[in-house]
Amino acid sequence: MKTNDVILQTVTKFVLFVIILFSIHLFFAGHYYPGGGFIGGLMTSGAIVLLLLAFDIKTVKMILPFDYIKVVAVGLLIAIGTGAGALFFNMPFLTHAYTYAYLPLLGKTSLHTAVLFDTGVFLVVIGVTMTIIQTIGESE
Amino acid sequence: MNNLIILPILIPLITGVVLIFFTKNIMAQRWISAISALLTIIASFMLAHQVYRNGIQTMDLSNWEAPYGITLVSDMLSALLVLTTSIIAFAALFYSFKSIGEARERFFYYPVVNFLIVGVNGAFTTGDIFNLFVFFEVMLMSSYVLIVLGGTKIQLRESIKYILVNVISSALFVIAVAYLYSVVGTLNMAHISVRLSEIGSAGIITVIAVLFLIVFGLKGAIFPLYFWLPGSYYAPPAPVMALFGALLTKVGVYSITRTYTLFFYHDVGYTHQLLQTLAVMTIIAGVIGALAYTDIKKIIIYNIIVAVGVILFGVSILTPESLTGSIFYLIHDMNIKATLFLLIGIIIVITGTSDLEKISGLINRYPALGWTFFIATAALAGIPPLSGFAGKLMVVRSGFETENYIGAFVVLMSSLLVLFSVMRIFIRGFWGTPRAYKNEERAPVKWLLVAPAILTVFAVLYGFGTEAIYPVISTAAETLANPEIYINAVLKE
Repeated sequence: MKTNDVILQTVTKFVLFVIILFSIHLFFAGHYYPGGGFIGGLMTSGAIVLLLLAFDIKTVKMILPFDYIKVVAVGLLIAIGTGAGALFFNMPFLTHAYTYAYLPLLGKTSLHTAVLFDTGVFLVVIGVTMTIIQTIGESE
Repeated sequence: MNNLIILPILIPLITGVVLIFFTKNIMAQRWISAISALLTIIASFMLAHQVYRNGIQTMDLSNWEAPYGITLVSDMLSALLVLTTSIIAFAALFYSFKSIGEARERFFYYPVVNFLIVGVNGAFTTGDIFNLFVFFEVMLMSSYVLIVLGGTKIQLRESIKYILVNVISSALFVIAVAYLYSVVGTLNMAHISVRLSEIGSAGIITVIAVLFLIVFGLKGAIFPLYFWLPGSYYAPPAPVMALFGALLTKVGVYSITRTYTLFFYHDVGYTHQLLQTLAVMTIIAGVIGALAYTDIKKIIIYNIIVAVGVILFGVSILTPESLTGSIFYLIHDMNIKATLFLLIGIIIVITGTSDLEKISGLINRYPALGWTFFIATAALAGIPPLSGFAGKLMVVRSGFETENYIGAFVVLMSSLLVLFSVMRIFIRGFWGTPRAYKNEERAPVKWLLVAPAILTVFAVLYGFGTEAIYPVISTAAETLANPEIYINAVLKE
């Protein structure tokens, strides 16, 4: 039976961007306020799951043609690489560095290597969530 | 601060991640994992050397000072165990190249083995009790994958049991850590030890000690918590069995050793007496199992349990000599169990069965295999001058010195029966009239024999070089016997 989900699909098209923007906001809030790579990643995968619900696996695969296991691997590499970078400066593993810089538009901004680490976490979370959901979804 | 400590954890971790990109290219996977395993051996050897030269090495992750951050601590014991682990990992990987099969290789076998090594090396190295839990989980997750990978019927059945047991024991682990944290208010192991000695012997500490014994006993397979082990370890193929048998239970044993020497040495009359009783029972149960079966896998698996008992018996006596003996035996046992599992793996590849009744006369066709197996079994039983002898001698002697006659006697008798149980494989399987087996021609026996042969050479050298290795091992035991050394190194007071 084919259900008519015009409303869901139309709403999704708009809401999707709101969710993703909010997840990016959460991601960057991460270091000093509640948020970060994990929550941001979960929210982004929430957006993708919404897309899956409104459309189907094939459509989503067409829009986002990623191998999510590879996404996990890339994320891990970024995260471990950030941690291992400290070794080259003869500091303990996972030591972070930060500085304040004046950027155009943004003004005084804190630049922190933790953002790189969080980017890794972000990708890992998306990769793992989507791998799980796709594996469960495909067997139906 | 010494970044060398992280390398035996970091190298396999990066390798595991990089290998995910090469799932289709099996040759690349083999090369990368072999090279990284070699690098890990080199790094851990350098680490062990430094620890021997300069004493305990520590490293505060993220540069958060102990006791606030997570500290990695490499004392002699952990450095030696990490080195042994790296060598065994290399042997098992090398053996896998021609035996594990393409299907498994395509489905993340090599990445997962690397993650397993991350967990094991991490558990040996960490100086933070909650971080120990995390590394346990890393190790267990990988072992779940390895035990189910391949998806044969027996694997699926056993992996359900295995996962169930380990999930429950992990939950208990967190509960135990929470109890401990609520009493001492810290997670750094050295700091816990300081706080516990301020409290002295209190009832609640003994309760926590027993809880930890249950948690680690489930992983380390002591009596009566070993029930899951013979079934679960039976399921996966030989190299995985070697990794499990040589490494996983030993992480449990190491954790008991660490916690029972560093934390819970205040109420020895209760906790260590309990440990000792259980250790002796473990030996007896293991020996019974080893004698009862005619399945070669089962015989060796039950021998793991015997060894766990012997090591923990030494730990429970808690004298410098018994601890030295235990460490001697622990390292010997990791090496020799890996060897034996790889060797019986070859027998199974040749004959297609693990039932001793259906195997005979192998030595005619495969003399090298036969004699390697013979030396390995002799080393396992502790025939001088091979590797099992020195450790067992010290454990038994200190058992008699401290008037634990029953335990020491059981250890002595067990070596005889262990010898009998494995000699049975040699006599029935290698002697007798040769038979023809189905897959014999296709078996890459020569390649497969390389890894266990190297490990056997190590066993022989370890036995003959006892005199040379003794100072290293007794340094390790000294740290265990005097927790202050460990505490001072970590907290730098």
